[in-house]
Amino acid sequence: MKEEKTVTAVIEGKSKRRTPLVDRFLFVVKVFLIGLVTIGFLAFVAQQISPDNWFARWRNPGATGLSADQIKGLVISGLSQGVFYGLIALGYSMVYGVLGFINFAHGEVFMVSAYTGYIAANKFSANGMWESNFALCLLIVLLLAVMVSTVTAVLTERIAYRPLRNSPRLIPLITSIGVSFVLQNAVLGIFGPGTQGYPQLPEWLAKQRSILTFEISGIKILVFLVTIVSMTGLWYLVERTKTGKAMRAVAEDKEIASLMGINVNRIIVTTFAVGGAMAGVAGVMFGLLFRAVNPMTGFLPGIKAFTAAVVGGIGNLGGAMSGGLALGSAESIAPQLILEPLGVPGVTQLKDAVAFTVLVMVLLFKPSGLFGERLSAEDRA
Amino acid sequence: MTTLPSTLILDWKRIFKWGSICAAALLFVSLVGMPIKLDPKSIISPLLSLGYVSLFWLPLIFGYVASSRVVLEGVETSKPGLSDLLTGVLTGAIGGAGLTLLMLGIENFDIRDPLINWSPQLLEVLAFGARDLNSAVWIGIGGALGLVGAALNVIPESLRRGVSYGFFTVLAVAIFEPALDDMSEGFRLEWLVELIFQKRGGLKLWPAIILASLIGLISVVSKGKVKKAVAQYRKQEGSQKKQTSVVLFGIVAALGVVLPIFMGTYVNSLLANVGIFLLLALGLNIVVGLAGILDLGYVAFFAVGAYTTAVLTSEISPFFAPGLTWVLSLVFVVLLAALTGLIIGAPVIRMRGDYLAIVTLGFGEIIRLLFLSDFLKPYFGGAQGILGIPGIDLGFVYISGTDTRGIFYLVLFFCGLAVYVSWRLQASRLGRSWMAIREDEQVAEAMGINTVNSKLMAFVVGAVLASFAGAIMAARVGSVFPNSFMILISIVILVVVIVGGMGSIPGVFVGAFVLIGILGGPKQPGLLQEFGSLKLLVYGMLLVYMMLQRPEGLVPSARRTQELHQEEFLQDSWLKGTDDEDEEQPIEGEEAQI
Repeated sequence: MKEEKTVTAVIEGKSKRRTPLVDRFLFVVKVFLIGLVTIGFLAFVAQQISPDNWFARWRNPGATGLSADQIKGLVISGLSQGVFYGLIALGYSMVYGVLGFINFAHGEVFMVSAYTGYIAANKFSANGMWESNFALCLLIVLLLAVMVSTVTAVLTERIAYRPLRNSPRLIPLITSIGVSFVLQNAVLGIFGPGTQGYPQLPEWLAKQRSILTFEISGIKILVFLVTIVSMTGLWYLVERTKTGKAMRAVAEDKEIASLMGINVNRIIVTTFAVGGAMAGVAGVMFGLLFRAVNPMTGFLPGIKAFTAAVVGGIGNLGGAMSGGLALGSAESIAPQLILEPLGVPGVTQLKDAVAFTVLVMVLLFKPSGLFGERLSAEDRA
Repeated sequence: MTTLPSTLILDWKRIFKWGSICAAALLFVSLVGMPIKLDPKSIISPLLSLGYVSLFWLPLIFGYVASSRVVLEGVETSKPGLSDLLTGVLTGAIGGAGLTLLMLGIENFDIRDPLINWSPQLLEVLAFGARDLNSAVWIGIGGALGLVGAALNVIPESLRRGVSYGFFTVLAVAIFEPALDDMSEGFRLEWLVELIFQKRGGLKLWPAIILASLIGLISVVSKGKVKKAVAQYRKQEGSQKKQTSVVLFGIVAALGVVLPIFMGTYVNSLLANVGIFLLLALGLNIVVGLAGILDLGYVAFFAVGAYTTAVLTSEISPFFAPGLTWVLSLVFVVLLAALTGLIIGAPVIRMRGDYLAIVTLGFGEIIRLLFLSDFLKPYFGGAQGILGIPGIDLGFVYISGTDTRGIFYLVLFFCGLAVYVSWRLQASRLGRSWMAIREDEQVAEAMGINTVNSKLMAFVVGAVLASFAGAIMAARVGSVFPNSFMILISIVILVVVIVGGMGSIPGVFVGAFVLIGILGGPKQPGLLQEFGSLKLLVYGMLLVYMMLQRPEGLVPSARRTQELHQEEFLQDSWLKGTDDEDEEQPIEGEEAQI
């Protein structure tokens, strides 16, 4: 009797002592992160009110504050960056929803599309059509790039992922890392290692315009428009067509879906194709906006797009786009908004670090994402 | 199984399928630039260079694949014969036709603008240096190679083994030429090297033929005794296996201690490179192989080890320069690495496995970006890094960074330590709980394993081993830069572990020696330095291939194999009827489970 008591006491004591150690540490981390963000933000507010304020000068003696135009510029550049993350994130989110693994190579599909766009655009530019008939050229380039990226995505599924349909979750993830390596280095081998440039944009597109007091270049407006169109198309496909219904069913439960007469394999291929097409649109737009592409172009946007998918809630398409926009803005604004008032020099270098910190913070505070994840029960495990 | 008389029936669909895949693969290899880049490395001088090997093996393999057939139990099949050979020839010829088209294309069109290898240089390689070679010759070459591939299928197994061993020996000897050249000076065997190698590199023709036939003959005569011995070793259990393993590792260690005395700078520095990656891979093997945590930011611990050593030992480190000795700094390296392991591990430990992979990758990148940034520049020197790291003073001997033999011994010592630690941990309570977590985390937790603590321990042990590698690396190079710690390194180490065999110590050795030794690390050249940037392509392909065909790796650990092929093992035991519990269960039940 007495012995039993001590045993339970020991067990209880242990369980009380052991697990919370990590939790306590995590609590400290959370408090630290929140504190950092709050203090940074307060210091920013203080410096906006008056840069001579002691609180603003506390960590950052050279505080000047940002003008309204600067802030607007940051927002615009953040959003236009975020659009790409959102478009790529759709592919991650859809594949994760259906197959339950991270398709690491998806960023590379984006890069392949940007390359295709560069080749086609330069060919058009060489015979003068790019300048004389820009709209038609752009349409052809876009279609071509979307086609190539769709084919790439479908091929990777067929060759690398389909044989692994029922293996443990980490196996297809590792495979996709390999696929990403192969695509990167194949492009590097075939097209050379250097950074390639897109041709010059026509004057009317490159010009700065002023909309609602926001200074924004024509190409960015085009990027936003194209994104809205493709998002609408995607929404229609997923929510209004039979294929979309089948996709949602497969994401919910593959076995039951196949019992209902859905060809699961075809739906999975469709999912990859649609994801690839979205990445294809993003690739060409990225090329037009930044006018440079190299074999490593897809790596960082790919990882950040996955971050965006997690931020928005994986499996949730609207969430993926909003997550992308949120991540893009955070990455563009947070260094100036939070880090600079804290007295960190050279904040723009830390853009990527901010994006990854956002990922860690979302997973710490709200692992299911800001808008909730939509996954089948087995994928959630 | 009854055999039908062989008839000449060709499966045209199959031939076209494999033939066109072969053609596509040949075009890909050519356009990626393998023939051009690998041409300088000759295998049999002046007949065969590695560039041509990169082209020739494809029709051969596809001929072999296309002509091999699935043997089903109880189904009548015809004897392998003429139709198989013809299948091989046709497959190879279709593949070769791809190159013929490529040659015609290069001659007539100029699309060098995007495709950098669409060049006269490639044409010259494809035309064997001759100016006006009929491009149709490749159809013939492809057909001939396809025939050889198909013939390998038809001839008896012992002969097939002999031929392939002979071929691979020649290839290996040619690959190891620089190393043999270097070693021959130590052993006073220059005459032998001069006998078999050409001055400009590559084997001489006759020695190659003699070598191939010798090895082929030996393997035919020995009739797979080696394989049996390996199988017997694998079958051993308990203390017997332990004994054999200890003896084997003893032999390897003894060789490791004795051989470097006879070797020159080249081989020693190569081995030191391999050793550093081996040490990293052994550490990652604990994290990925034993505990099943896919850590893609493993390079972070490598960086922490290197930077800690740099700050503590360098006299000119920017902010804090105590100028400690290397050995003393090692204490802090271990402490800081363990702490980093805890800090990175704690937030990610409860995440889903795939989220964990991406988040650790993020951490790996954050650490590099922080070292690179202006923010920490006053402490770690930013992009300029930290210079002036002294050599290693062990008290009785001083090892400078350029003393490759000394560095190799040091690496060897730490590798031995890592092997000992992994070996002891594997069988310990902690190691068993790692394996339980790897197999099923929820069940492990239900069995009373504290999964959080066990996983954190895996992180910490892995981190400490990686930090040793970092410390040695810092002393060896004499400086550290943030850009030496790219994510690429994590992935290359992952490839080493996976190709070798997750959770298997001998596997990690094989992986490190084969990949880092022959192909080279991300920035370190291996024996085949001609590969250059193409080695990353090879790494990626190897990773995909291994995951698809042999997820347990080249030298698998028995336990891991069972896990990965659970279904097959279940089916086997069901067929054999050894699994008594499932005897009553109908087949449908099995399928539903899957």
